[in-house]
Amino acid sequence: MRKKLVVVGAGMASGRMLEHLFEDGTDAFDVTLFGAEPRGNYNRIMLSPVLAGEKCYEDIITHDAEWYAAHDVACRFGETVTRIDRKAKVVFSRAGETPYDKLVLATGSAPFIIPVAGRDLPGVRAFRDLDDVEAMIAAAEKPGARAVVIGGGLLGLEAAAALRSRGMEVVVLHLMGHLMERQLDPAAGYLLQKELEGRGIKVHCKAQTKAILGDGRAEAVLLEDGTVYPADLVVMAVGIRPETRIAVDAGLYVERGIVVDDQMVTSDPDILAIGECVEHERICYGLVAPLYDMAKVAAATLREKAATFRPVETATQLKVTGVNLYSAGDFADGDDREEIVLRDAAAGIYKRLVLKDNRILGAVLYGDTADGAWFFDLLKKGADISDQRDTLIFGQAYQGGGRLDSTAAVAALPDEAEICGCNGVCKGKITGAITEKGLTTLEAVRAHTKASASCGTCTGLVEQLMKLTLGDAYNPAAITPVCGCTDLGHDEVRRLIRAKRLKTIPAVMQELEWKTSCGCAKCRPALNYYLVCEWPDEYADDYQSRFVNERVHANIQKDGTYSVVPRMWGGVTSAKELRAIADVVEKFDIPMVKVTGGQRIDMLGVKKEDLPAVWAELGKAGFVSGHAYAKGLRTVKTCVGSEWCRFGTQDSTGLGIRIEKFMWGSWTPAKVKMAVSGCPRNCAEATCKDVGVICVDSGYEIHFAGAAGLDIKGTEKLGLVRTEDEALEVIVALVQMYREQARYLERIYKWAKRIGYDEIRRQVLEDKARRKEYYDRFVFSQKFAQVDPWSERATGKDRHEFEPMAELSLEAAE
Amino acid sequence: MSDHHWQAVGRLDDIPLRGARCVKMGEITIAVFRTADNRVFALEDRCPHRNGPLSQGIVHDACVTCPLHNWVISLETGLAQGADEGAVRTFPLKRDGERILIDLTRAMVMAVEE
Repeated sequence: MRKKLVVVGAGMASGRMLEHLFEDGTDAFDVTLFGAEPRGNYNRIMLSPVLAGEKCYEDIITHDAEWYAAHDVACRFGETVTRIDRKAKVVFSRAGETPYDKLVLATGSAPFIIPVAGRDLPGVRAFRDLDDVEAMIAAAEKPGARAVVIGGGLLGLEAAAALRSRGMEVVVLHLMGHLMERQLDPAAGYLLQKELEGRGIKVHCKAQTKAILGDGRAEAVLLEDGTVYPADLVVMAVGIRPETRIAVDAGLYVERGIVVDDQMVTSDPDILAIGECVEHERICYGLVAPLYDMAKVAAATLREKAATFRPVETATQLKVTGVNLYSAGDFADGDDREEIVLRDAAAGIYKRLVLKDNRILGAVLYGDTADGAWFFDLLKKGADISDQRDTLIFGQAYQGGGRLDSTAAVAALPDEAEICGCNGVCKGKITGAITEKGLTTLEAVRAHTKASASCGTCTGLVEQLMKLTLGDAYNPAAITPVCGCTDLGHDEVRRLIRAKRLKTIPAVMQELEWKTSCGCAKCRPALNYYLVCEWPDEYADDYQSRFVNERVHANIQKDGTYSVVPRMWGGVTSAKELRAIADVVEKFDIPMVKVTGGQRIDMLGVKKEDLPAVWAELGKAGFVSGHAYAKGLRTVKTCVGSEWCRFGTQDSTGLGIRIEKFMWGSWTPAKVKMAVSGCPRNCAEATCKDVGVICVDSGYEIHFAGAAGLDIKGTEKLGLVRTEDEALEVIVALVQMYREQARYLERIYKWAKRIGYDEIRRQVLEDKARRKEYYDRFVFSQKFAQVDPWSERATGKDRHEFEPMAELSLEAAE
Repeated sequence: MSDHHWQAVGRLDDIPLRGARCVKMGEITIAVFRTADNRVFALEDRCPHRNGPLSQGIVHDACVTCPLHNWVISLETGLAQGADEGAVRTFPLKRDGERILIDLTRAMVMAVEE
């Protein structure tokens, strides 16, 4: 009969232990897995990217229902184990008793909540599990919401950066003199603080929290020095303590954590413990690497195999997009210690090595962390570095004379160098797996070796190893060519048009060695757009390279007729305009009139030869083209705003009209739809548009990168500006940045995801000089773009487009 | 009926380079294409896929891409290219200096059949 194994806690350590337990295919145990959270094992380290919106929960699940079923694990998620009866060998939960032969405690840790008044108020959260993350995301959704993060350690800073990227006003309170004092020295802590402040996060060090204030829910945080920070959300991230309650109640030997021996066995031989709840040789662990080691040892012990847990050196990296930070070892000052420091303030680089007897004791890298793995390897080996002292700080690339490129640096690493700190995977294991198992993708390498499968910060190193091992067979950033006519990708083509000052389609094809004589229906419209955008004043638009809609300025329908949508600025119309439309519909016998999703009127079924006459009639009433057919600015949808609505905070209609009048006629890589809502009730549905504005009392919240088509995606918040003028400038700069950088047919949301929301925010919101440059370039190009194509054609331009070359009767032919 | 009914339909300059113009004959529309190297072709203006007006498509090499669903049709043979299958009716065409003449025999047969 199989033995009964009960596991209490479904975290990263127990998930890994179960994997090891099932590894050899024998199933010696009937496993029951209890988890207090109503869900299975997931990668807790990745909660920060989830909070930042860079990943979703599904991305970080490590074991799904299928996996548990395949291994016959009885899952009891959402069920807390309340008591252990060691004599009867049963655990108690809501559902009653569950017997065990072996019990594994993996209860993890609980966030430490500082004992101040108000700590229990709604709105105060820890940053520990998915429920916390969801609560924080919900809090961030309120426009202008403010967060105070208590704790400037790893977790607190990741939370702060993520909340800030969601548009919250964020203050970090830190008790110590500098941020992350356990991993960083003061100099690196200062650089980090500057970086965070540059992102609009306020950092308050030496902040002693006195109370959390609020009536019914958290409203502010009061410090001992009297400072008050208003807060809609308070995140406690001051530390963790091992969760030991049921172990204590059961009479197990517990100090700070549940005490275990080298085999992970507690004071009761049938009870093991792993993870953050344990204490081994007086040390409690919080980083994932040693926890995974424990998991491996515990699985071996359960299978009655010999294994020993040894404390390991661990390195730390901060998972904040755009911040490179690495620390390892011990870097406290000391009389017997020396240090080597490299400081380049302008480049934002700081490196410090702490040495003792010519061996590395600790390393702190900020800005450039490429050599982290190499320093850490020297540290763990206790290597004597006397020979390379002079160049050591410059990194591995500078050892042995000439400068190596980064791939060569990785090539030079010894096989036992650790690449993935989380999972303790060394270089040899990765290259071995690639060769033996014939792995060719990053996903496959992750699946077989676990390298870069946890926090993901070593992904670049793993990719370099793949490149080294596979040669040309591995090409992670393979460029997708524009089309079959060229090997160049969109970005390369745009860059070369600029660099070589190419100003016609034939010149592009000649210089960039197009493989076809005159391109195809994919590349020609793309090139035409790139040239229009790059040389607005000089380039002569090639109509034969435009899709029919943009050539005849109407939308082709399935039967070859066209639909006509006149511009109605901001969706506002008048009796005179409506009368003109009614007359046109009757005069030209237009079969259908329909209101569009963008608040315009669409006349469908217009015969092509009627188009110029239809436009001429519409033109008399003041209508211009609505560009409903264009890869360009389509519509700005608005609500009635403060002019009519009792909730309106600003003149949303007026702003919408202003934006539309300013930006109409501009060509863009793909269509651009905008909206302005007068209050957060958002009647204009601005949060699924390419660009949206939500008016609030304090100004204009600018949103971007939404989608409501093939993909559905809420917008990202770009930021809040105070005035209408500033809102217009930011929106124009954003669109110009998109015009200059995106690939043809790439909507804003796809482009933004590729470029990074923070980068866009930095360029068009924070960097005011840059913003102005984008704005000016847009204004310049508008001089040539804002010509109404309808009135031009109503007066005879491109007549050939609309008239047959000949009309023959059958008789004439005979 | 004689073997050929050549009919002048217009001049080369009437058609934009890498473009097309239409010739209407009752219910039938013939698209006359002009390629980048000044070759001229006449095809029925109807994609074999969903009857899209080929004359409105983008002309590249000796092909046109239908504006409705991007089928690529050879102007020389009328055959759909790549994975798509289908054919467009082509009409004999000749040039007399700048003048373009189309043989309408086939068009007249079509007109009678319809």
